[in-house]
Amino acid sequence: MAIEANGKTFETDEEGYLANLNEWEPEVATAMALAEDCPLTDEHWDIINFLREYYEEYQIAPAVRVLTKAVGKKLGKDKGNSKYLYELFPYGPGKQACKYAGLPKPTGCV
Amino acid sequence: MAKKFMYINRKAPYGTVYALESLEVVLIGAAFDQDVSLAFIGDGVYQLTKGQNTKAIGQKNFSPVYMALGDYDVNKIYVEKESLEERGLSLEDLQHLVWEDEDNDYEEKDSIRLVSRAELTDVLDEQEVILSF
Repeated sequence: MAIEANGKTFETDEEGYLANLNEWEPEVATAMALAEDCPLTDEHWDIINFLREYYEEYQIAPAVRVLTKAVGKKLGKDKGNSKYLYELFPYGPGKQACKYAGLPKPTGCV
Repeated sequence: MAKKFMYINRKAPYGTVYALESLEVVLIGAAFDQDVSLAFIGDGVYQLTKGQNTKAIGQKNFSPVYMALGDYDVNKIYVEKESLEERGLSLEDLQHLVWEDEDNDYEEKDSIRLVSRAELTDVLDEQEVILSF
């Protein structure tokens, strides 16, 4: 599979995750979100940027429970709950947001 | 009821897949209601060392992942004192693993517990499930 963004073609795996994580650019996230009918707002970008920073530091995509806790600490308690995150990413904050952020699927995520 | 799980790590981080596999099982297992402990003995203590560089062997350096264990509520990390000493290492050579105590204003606390071989035997005695990697 592949996705078009920014005039380029990006290879993805069978579930739509970026094949080469180093290729990521913001336009990839925008294109993936558009394809899933989920236009990105600033609130989405907060989470996507957070995930990229987390991956940069720890080399893993965090589990949803870990993401929720960490977002609450970083962006405020009103955002650190699964209701808020699921409203932003209805397909699952772990799966969907990690995909847009160019991360692998979270370890232990089915 | 949370069961007491102990993951024992005995091998150097690279060269075999044991260290990485253990880490993945720990992260997956942490999503369930388990009381998780990790032990590092023998060459396993090398898994926690600072400043790992895997460029020359063309593998991913997964040592930063250990720093995330605290986020997964994995904060009982036993390191065997004799194993460190036999390899000319000390606690200073290991990454500083911490966890944040949510009930105590996110106070950072040390995750690593340096124990003697005899003390580790007692810890192992208390476990309900032991997995060895």
